[in-house]
Amino acid sequence: MTTSRRDFLVTTGSALALAACGTAAQSAAPPAAPTPQRQPTPGDASINDLLLEALQAAKDAGASYADARAGRYRRQAIATRERQITGVSDTESYGVGVRALVNGSWGFAGTSDVSRAGVQAAAREAARIARAARAVQKRPVVLAPVKAVTGSWRTPVQVDPLEVAIEDKVGMLLRANEAALKVPGIRFVNSGLNLLREEKTLATTDGTLVTQTLYRVGPQFTATAIGDGDFQSYTEELAPRGSGWEYVTSLDMPGNAERWASLAAEKLKAKSVEVGRYDLILDPRNLWLTIHESIGHPTELDRAMGYEANYAGTSFIAPPEKMLGQLKYGPAFMNVQGDRSQEGALATIGYDDDGVKPDEFLIVKNGVFNDYQTTREQAAWLKWWYDKQGQPTRSHGNAYAQSWNSVQFQRMPNVSLLPGDKEQGWDELIAATDRGIAIVGDGSFSIDQQRYNAQFGGQTFYEIRGGKITGMLKDVAYQMRTPDFWNAMDMIGGKQSYELGGSFFDGKGQPGQVNGVSHGSPPARFKNINVINTGRKA
Amino acid sequence: MASHTASPLSRRALLTGAVPAGAELARAADTALISRADAEALVARAVKMSKADEILVSVGTNYSANARFAANQMSTAGATTDAQLAVQSSFGPKHAVVTANDLSDESLRRAVEMSERLARLAPDDPEAMPALGPQQYGTVQAYFESTAALTPADRAKAALAALELTRKSGDLQAAGFVTTALNANVLGNNKGMFAYHRNTANNYTLTVRTADGTGSGWAAADHPDWSQLDARAVAQRAVEKARLSRTPVAIEPGRYTVILEPQAVGDLVQLLGGYIDARSADEGRSPFVKQGGGNKIGEKIADERVTILSDPADPQLLSQPFDGQGLPLARQVWVENGVLKQLTYSRFWAKKQGKTATGFPQSLKMVGGTTPLEEMIRGTQRGVLVTRLWYLREVDPRTALYTGLTRDGTFLVENGKISKAVRNFRFNESPLFLLNNLEALGPAQRIAGTEGGGDVVMPALKARDFNFTSLSEAV
Repeated sequence: MTTSRRDFLVTTGSALALAACGTAAQSAAPPAAPTPQRQPTPGDASINDLLLEALQAAKDAGASYADARAGRYRRQAIATRERQITGVSDTESYGVGVRALVNGSWGFAGTSDVSRAGVQAAAREAARIARAARAVQKRPVVLAPVKAVTGSWRTPVQVDPLEVAIEDKVGMLLRANEAALKVPGIRFVNSGLNLLREEKTLATTDGTLVTQTLYRVGPQFTATAIGDGDFQSYTEELAPRGSGWEYVTSLDMPGNAERWASLAAEKLKAKSVEVGRYDLILDPRNLWLTIHESIGHPTELDRAMGYEANYAGTSFIAPPEKMLGQLKYGPAFMNVQGDRSQEGALATIGYDDDGVKPDEFLIVKNGVFNDYQTTREQAAWLKWWYDKQGQPTRSHGNAYAQSWNSVQFQRMPNVSLLPGDKEQGWDELIAATDRGIAIVGDGSFSIDQQRYNAQFGGQTFYEIRGGKITGMLKDVAYQMRTPDFWNAMDMIGGKQSYELGGSFFDGKGQPGQVNGVSHGSPPARFKNINVINTGRKA
Repeated sequence: MASHTASPLSRRALLTGAVPAGAELARAADTALISRADAEALVARAVKMSKADEILVSVGTNYSANARFAANQMSTAGATTDAQLAVQSSFGPKHAVVTANDLSDESLRRAVEMSERLARLAPDDPEAMPALGPQQYGTVQAYFESTAALTPADRAKAALAALELTRKSGDLQAAGFVTTALNANVLGNNKGMFAYHRNTANNYTLTVRTADGTGSGWAAADHPDWSQLDARAVAQRAVEKARLSRTPVAIEPGRYTVILEPQAVGDLVQLLGGYIDARSADEGRSPFVKQGGGNKIGEKIADERVTILSDPADPQLLSQPFDGQGLPLARQVWVENGVLKQLTYSRFWAKKQGKTATGFPQSLKMVGGTTPLEEMIRGTQRGVLVTRLWYLREVDPRTALYTGLTRDGTFLVENGKISKAVRNFRFNESPLFLLNNLEALGPAQRIAGTEGGGDVVMPALKARDFNFTSLSEAV
């Protein structure tokens, strides 16, 4: 392998620290260059053979079902401040994970020893762990049937973000920082990139064999203004995407940074909000996170059934038999879709980690709760509902594991608020509002363990009087009770105003795993929402 | 739950995976970790291969295993062995790191050579610091055979301690997670610095909910020594809390006297760890900014009973005695009798400001007092007793103001007694405000359930005027 000026990698001394810190998670790979490719790679025939060897070993060890997943994960993160690079990390992780179902109990093991002996040992280990679990199990796991599939899928990208020279990436970020520093009052700028290329092959004892290459890009920009005894930051909501480098360049960070930074300076002079009830107009760049927390998470079937009770919590949308087709989530024009197919969305894939081709499904249909997010293990729990709807009982394809060394479980698909029939947008919603606050960007966010009570901030807040924006506000957060909030929605934007937001790092499970997920929405108006003032002197 | 960054003290993302073929789990655990002698030899080999001005070698090896259960069932279980190698080569202010997950000589040579090539191409780092010379580290005995010898069946047994109680009850549901880890970490360079530390870790968290959905109780334990982890006591405490928290009543949000159990104190006070960087304060963007410039070192920031420190050798903490750059970590007092004594200084910032570099702590302890929790309850006319806090997120960095909610056991105290279970509250509060409103401190204990993780020891405390801003129906 040759290196050139364009391949340089830099990092700070403290970045190396990560490798040596005391505990397991801190031993996550430190910032660095990737290791040269080892043979073979997911998609190669030799890897397929290895995975089949692993499946045979699992069956020989007593598994009634097994899957083997080979993955190569290349992650790159770049961080800058003002005129310097503060960290570049570039890591690659490669290995095979085997999941075995023995007498109705799960066991999982992964290995970075991608040899015949290595994957067979992992398969036997998975079976052994499953048998230990069996002693404690009461109700055996049953999987919904699937049709075996073979095929491949790739995120449609024009430019592989991992193949763009780091020099070009750093240059773009530093140019953005320089532009931001031109704004009076701006003292600090942080910008960065998170990039992922995930190549994986899944083989199952049901006969499925699928290979995929997924890409994700996540740019970041924050400017901080220092005033007289005060400081204010502004983070531009640069939605992470399942896209190529062309998406990052389309954002024109250097060309927009000055305008973004000026918002931080403007926040220093903004009026502190008066507490009270207001009509809120939420931009898609704010609403995505509210959708994520108050619709995305409570409609995960494992949460509703108590499987996440010890960590993130349960759900107010439980039990399913009292909620499906009955809970009025919002107004009749409210429709929320789960999918893994929207172009550019982070959870978009060809096949999930159960080997299921995902479908599009309505979580909320005409304002009424209609369906949960599911995996193969979970779909059968809702057979009664699907029978009643005249639908087949099948997984929605929502299984995902963050790496080859993590077990797959139910993770959020893209969950989006669909636009309304009337073609209207931000300006029309503001013009129709007499007294309110318009909020752009996401800020502080917190929600309880059943997803009732939430509090959200934002990046910029605008006072609305008589159908017009009259000035900037600060110290704003809105508090809500989920069903009341969505039922208070009385206006929604049309197709032209629909935008995708999302998170690169949605956390769930024990051990914790992260997942990328997108949420699309138009702007929407919510009547009479409680607003608090978060500013306070130390 | 969305999050944008990992906590600096985070250690919850334990990986799952495999152990070598044919080995017993306990033996696999032993062989997963690099020994001190092998680590010294590995660093020496890398130094010999190196042509750079400076080379820094970092190695982490670990083995971890877990069992998870929910809805009175096992759900998933797994185990892994893993290794990381990072080699940083420097030529003057130019440096680059290369990583691999293979500790073979071939892999080491590749990492050394590639990091040298990349370092020559790197731009100058204006904050680069020269390599550390030989350092003196304290010894912390944090590796316990009781933990290294665990098997999948042992973890299943710990889960059964809870499942037997809840299955038998007929009206309780248990969900929990048992996780074990063994780690050995190494840092060495060509200027004589060499650091080696190995440790074990165990963490057990348990949530018990009542079948009618009106009660939820949580309990947990965390200790490097498995024999110190009492799974049965955890199960009994969570069951008791679940029953006691049943059918909570709504009381008005507002400012209340609170009695926070050690976990709840830790959930909020531990967040101060994210603000104790001197550079942020000196740059004017931290709650420790002094009006008129500089930072608040030397100023009173909390009640005079408050002392917060880090100390790897503290028997309740037992954390790694060096940081990720190889700086020794010893006892370091951050807040003493309410006065801010110290902030963290990186080597670069310390040099720039004419201070001594502190290293970055891996543990946090708030020194306890002598008032038992029961006595705090007895001495309270009207107040709220809180088991733990959840989903804490920064609202205003100027004051370290956070929002979050109470969870898994919130009770009204009236006339010196727990009178009833109450609905959970959302709060908007700063640990700095809390520590100024202190009324009483209990004995400090190791906590287990932080969102951020890490070795953390906190006391229960009683404080006035805690700001509950709304009610939550969540159980």
